[in-house]
Amino acid sequence: MFLAQEDSWIKFDLGALGDQFWNSTVEGLSQGSIYALVALGYTLVYGVLKLINFAHSEVFIYGAYATWFVFYGLGFRPGATPDLPVMELIGFVLLALVAAMAVSGGTAVALERVAYRPLRKKGAPRLVFLITAIGASFVLQQLIFIWRGGNAEQAIRLLRPQEVFELFGASVTNITIIIVVASILMMVGIDMFVNRSRLGRGIRAVAQDPDTATLMGVNKERVIVLTFLIGGLLAGAAALLYMMKNPQGASYQGGFLLGIKAFTAAVLGGIGNLRGALLGGLLLGLAENYGQSLFGGEWRDVVAFVLLVLILMFRPTGILGESLGKARV
Amino acid sequence: MTTPNTASRRSLGEWWSNLSRPQQWLVLIPVVALVYLLPVLNPPIISTEPGFDFQIAMFEVARYALVAIGLNVVVGQAGLLDLGYIGFFAIGAYVAALFTSPDSPLQKLPFLAVIPLAMAITMVFGIILGTPTLRLRGDYLAIVTLGFGEIVRLVADNVDPLRGQSGFQGVGHPPGTNDEGGALFNNTDGTPWYWLTVTVIIAVLFLVGNLERSRVGRAWIAIRDDEDAASIMGVNTFKFKIWAFVIGAAIGGLSGALYAGQIGFVNNQKFDVVTSMLFLAAVILGGSGNKVGVILGAVVVAYVPLRFLVIAEYKFLIFGVALIVLMIFRPQGLLGARQRLLTYGRLAYQRLLGKGEQVSSDTALVTEKNGGAR
Repeated sequence: MFLAQEDSWIKFDLGALGDQFWNSTVEGLSQGSIYALVALGYTLVYGVLKLINFAHSEVFIYGAYATWFVFYGLGFRPGATPDLPVMELIGFVLLALVAAMAVSGGTAVALERVAYRPLRKKGAPRLVFLITAIGASFVLQQLIFIWRGGNAEQAIRLLRPQEVFELFGASVTNITIIIVVASILMMVGIDMFVNRSRLGRGIRAVAQDPDTATLMGVNKERVIVLTFLIGGLLAGAAALLYMMKNPQGASYQGGFLLGIKAFTAAVLGGIGNLRGALLGGLLLGLAENYGQSLFGGEWRDVVAFVLLVLILMFRPTGILGESLGKARV
Repeated sequence: MTTPNTASRRSLGEWWSNLSRPQQWLVLIPVVALVYLLPVLNPPIISTEPGFDFQIAMFEVARYALVAIGLNVVVGQAGLLDLGYIGFFAIGAYVAALFTSPDSPLQKLPFLAVIPLAMAITMVFGIILGTPTLRLRGDYLAIVTLGFGEIVRLVADNVDPLRGQSGFQGVGHPPGTNDEGGALFNNTDGTPWYWLTVTVIIAVLFLVGNLERSRVGRAWIAIRDDEDAASIMGVNTFKFKIWAFVIGAAIGGLSGALYAGQIGFVNNQKFDVVTSMLFLAAVILGGSGNKVGVILGAVVVAYVPLRFLVIAEYKFLIFGVALIVLMIFRPQGLLGARQRLLTYGRLAYQRLLGKGEQVSSDTALVTEKNGGAR
């Protein structure tokens, strides 16, 4: 009986995909780079602790709230976008960036301190960590809910989207450019940090073999805090970019979906692999937007989840495989 | 409902195992009778009134207990962390709605026929989800099942014949009339639904208990404790994991169908991930792998917010904190899993040496030391 109506509830519109291809591509890249930034937090923690930090999505949304409150505290109110001089605008955005990174980084470190460290001390098995992470995610989410209620905060936008140039008929806005450029810069920076710096070497050492690393004089606890901190900082930066893109994005549940998608991105590229997170984020953003034009907007999240299931089934180590822990020659 | 308090757990457990079968029955029958009588007695301190109808509250508790028993087969017995159990629950509810609600274009069936149908369909979905994904382990399996639960919810949101938010009114109920000539199983009186659910729980407990003591149950415990070792010793791990998944799914579908019948209304709003986590919280809190434990966990999770409506708003926060604290101080849950299997070995040991041998009693979640995900 349902089969007769099939075409009416799920469309399969190749024409729409063709028409919107470049639009979807631009949109997908900008969303994908936000996913990628959040995915880095999952990947770093997974690489070092072999733990899916389920509460990372809440770390992210705390950053989004920080952004909103900075804007609000600066006297901006929901409604029309103000016309600001460029220098002032940059100053405000940087202030919000610092606040978001501080809040997210602080949340991540506090989470590690309160929830995960006691478990590590006891040498708990991995499933116990995962259940704790779920509990922590609940707690962080509900704190926001109790404080701010169930509705999303009203949008505050400081920067109006304006078309800068056209790419094959798709308009590329200033916000898209900022998001893509900023995330790629940050990711390159993190990649250099992990691969070149002394602290980064410590992270790789712990990821590869915690016990040996400890014997070689690496302070494991400090490395773990550092990974949580970096993941949190990046999530905070991602939160600011996300709030520029979707100013109505701060809601107590807002982190869940983005968190799952970022995790999907991390798995897609190869969890534990920094470059994989970038690749996976961009691919997921693109796939989602192509899927949206192909099947219709309401199927967009389904595309992401189906992709997650498919990747884990066929290539659980992702496209690039795990690498944080691999020795590099 | 009828759980011994945790302080004297060991001794009570031992006392219970030392009783003979008839003695166990002597204790059990009054307890079960008391459980059945609860909604009629409406005991003053336990009662959720005036804030919440006590009979309905008891049905809620029983429904959670049924869900917890089903999820316990997957999580507690076989050690497969399933975050998408709500998916099976939703499928059961939707099957009940589709085949009984006047809003559905499908052929109407009597509710009692729909229940096995709902179970059969969820079992099929259990196989569909389980076959490709059960190669994954630990965290990865958890995430995939989470994805499955979300896919089910999103499909219910978006597929027009499932009617999204407007949902299905007038979902069917079992036959029978009460004294006033109305339907015995209606939406306002929880008592018959509670009795039905408790009966179902007892039947399910028998079945699951028998499975546990059978080859299947031993395979589950072996897989839970060390999948690779089990596999090397000749346990067909894949087959038994599917078994666990399918049986868990069937029980989830059953409870979903009962829930749909009692509420009488199904739409897409009730099957979110958060509820799925609440189910998991029931299992983990009580002690995964221990049937009495998970029932206790379900009672806590379902009853406490209804009894203390002041805290109902904070229930997720409270259960979140409870999960963290519990994992730090008592990872095996309030009542840990007991190793029934080792009983025979222990008996043999006692006969040989004339003394007891110490066997660890905490296993469920504590054993998977470094199960890789690949």
